[in-house]
Amino acid sequence: MSLVIKDLHASIEETPILKGVNLEIPKGEIHAIMGPNGSGKSTLSKVISGHDDYEVTSGSVTLDGEEILEKDVDERSRDGIFLAFQYPAEVPGVSNANFIRAALQARLPKGEELDAVAYYKNLYSKMDVLEMDRKFTARAVNEGFSGGEKKRNEILQMMMLDPKYCILDETDSGLDIDALKIVAKGVNAMRSPDRGFLIITHYQRLLDYIQPDHVHVMSDGQIVKSGDKSLALELEESGYDFLKEGELANA
Amino acid sequence: MSTIIAQSSILESAPQTPSESPKWFSDLQQQAWADFQSLPMPSRGDEVWRFGNLKQLDFSAFTEGGASEVKFQIPSLPDGVICLPLAEALQSHGDLVHEHFMKSDARLGSAKFTALHKAKTKNGIFVYVPDSVEVEEPIEVSHILTGSNEAIFPHTLIITGKNAKVSVVDRFSSSNEDDAGLCIAVNDLIAGEGSKLTYCAVQELNTNSRMIQVNATNVGRDAHATAFIANTGAQWARNESVSKMAGEGAHSDMLSCSIPAGTQQYDQRTYQHHASPHTNSDLLYKNTLYGTSKTVFSGLILVDEGAHYTDAYQTCRNLLMEDTTEANSMPGLEINADQVKCSHGSTSASISDEEIYYLCARGITPQLARRLIANGFSTDVVERLRNEKLETIVLEAIERKFATV
Repeated sequence: MSLVIKDLHASIEETPILKGVNLEIPKGEIHAIMGPNGSGKSTLSKVISGHDDYEVTSGSVTLDGEEILEKDVDERSRDGIFLAFQYPAEVPGVSNANFIRAALQARLPKGEELDAVAYYKNLYSKMDVLEMDRKFTARAVNEGFSGGEKKRNEILQMMMLDPKYCILDETDSGLDIDALKIVAKGVNAMRSPDRGFLIITHYQRLLDYIQPDHVHVMSDGQIVKSGDKSLALELEESGYDFLKEGELANA
Repeated sequence: MSTIIAQSSILESAPQTPSESPKWFSDLQQQAWADFQSLPMPSRGDEVWRFGNLKQLDFSAFTEGGASEVKFQIPSLPDGVICLPLAEALQSHGDLVHEHFMKSDARLGSAKFTALHKAKTKNGIFVYVPDSVEVEEPIEVSHILTGSNEAIFPHTLIITGKNAKVSVVDRFSSSNEDDAGLCIAVNDLIAGEGSKLTYCAVQELNTNSRMIQVNATNVGRDAHATAFIANTGAQWARNESVSKMAGEGAHSDMLSCSIPAGTQQYDQRTYQHHASPHTNSDLLYKNTLYGTSKTVFSGLILVDEGAHYTDAYQTCRNLLMEDTTEANSMPGLEINADQVKCSHGSTSASISDEEIYYLCARGITPQLARRLIANGFSTDVVERLRNEKLETIVLEAIERKFATV
């Protein structure tokens, strides 16, 4: 059971960004992707989630054996893909509690109603883990949230929706050390043999708190190097200059 | 055997004031009829009808059929409160009605139709809450347009004494989906010193019907008046709302939530008149437009000479659910005093693709995502009512509308 990305090519407005990404994330594992700006990391996450600004020109993405590239964004989410956004959208007028509730309701069979009492109980317990104030339930989704509050809100949604595969796109950016630890706590609480993670990050810092099983380096739309967590430390020390020098190891 | 009585147009039949009404009232109706006949029809050049649809003003097909109903849902009332159908109040409390009945001039364009209302009104509600008396539960009045081409002229007159409190809801609906109707409603809200008066109009007429609603609010010293208008029905609705901050420390909230769809058109004109110092008014009108619907908002804030330390805000926000909709906004200010804080603005926007994508990325269908956002956009102004019962009444009307778009 894995999320398998095979020879994925994708473009935005005719400009190729992903140029043959190959990656397999089995359930139970945490994979980290690192790489310089513009290497295609965020694009990969958006393409997997189904953002329609990107055109997939070839390749496949299968979720536990099932092709998802033909599916709509909402369907992929219900199938078990979760993307924690680098820059979560603000949705004025829709309260956080109603939003998450609607997302859970969307996963129920037609005619079945979400148990409101159980829902709030669950929501509050997850918010406690993330040290989120109860007032966030009534506030409009991400509206006026600080950077750190938005990221915690992403993790809250991830915890509530219980996805099969979680993609975290630069969740650590804009987080101070305390917020980073809280976010890591949320992610670690969700580690399970039934769930796979893809963590996209610039810095090794997040990986001090979330131990990855595998680390990949992305450059110019491809995975160019893979290793264990020591690769992240290596990158932290020597940077990405090796990419320019052509010392590319095969992915 | 049935008798067919030829109904004549409301534009041709002189008022027939019931004989049991006081003489002053029948005189007033005759005078109003003369005024109606002499006042000019609005014309294209009138600023207050700019972007308006004058074709909607041909009311010659409408008659006073008498089939329409008025239903009252009146909570238990504290001693001293008068809450009666207008026709009864005219008989039992004629002097009190006389003192307050339609004292302000319609100044936002519908003077002619306000005169017609005055000449023809038979029903509606009269509410008087004496000093220091508080009515907790809302008083509800339902006006149900019934019969083909029938016109009604419901009147609402609410008076609060010193430190009194009351809330009143007028609901306007049709008995079926097809019969064209016309409703020309006038409501006068007179908020006495330190009182809290909340008025809410919920317009859900069928889409063959037309509505003119003229609201005049007079806010006394330290009083707080709220006038809320919800529009989801009618082919065409015109709202004219005037709020006068007459006493020092007066506060007025002018709120509206409208959801036109199909070919519906809503035309709203407002006037925030600050006549005393240290007064405050806050206007928020929100439109959510579907189909090829169209809205017009025109608002003016007037701060009189000497009305120093005025805070006046005016915002019209339009959410365009489809790019075939049209929202026109004309905010305006005229300030003749010092130490005044005023702002006015209007926005028109559609839901951004990024918002939809975000909700969809959590498994919510695009259709539901759009509805959640539109619903949230409306809920925001409804919550300004700060009264759970009234909010529920309006939110239910909004839900009924969203279920059809």
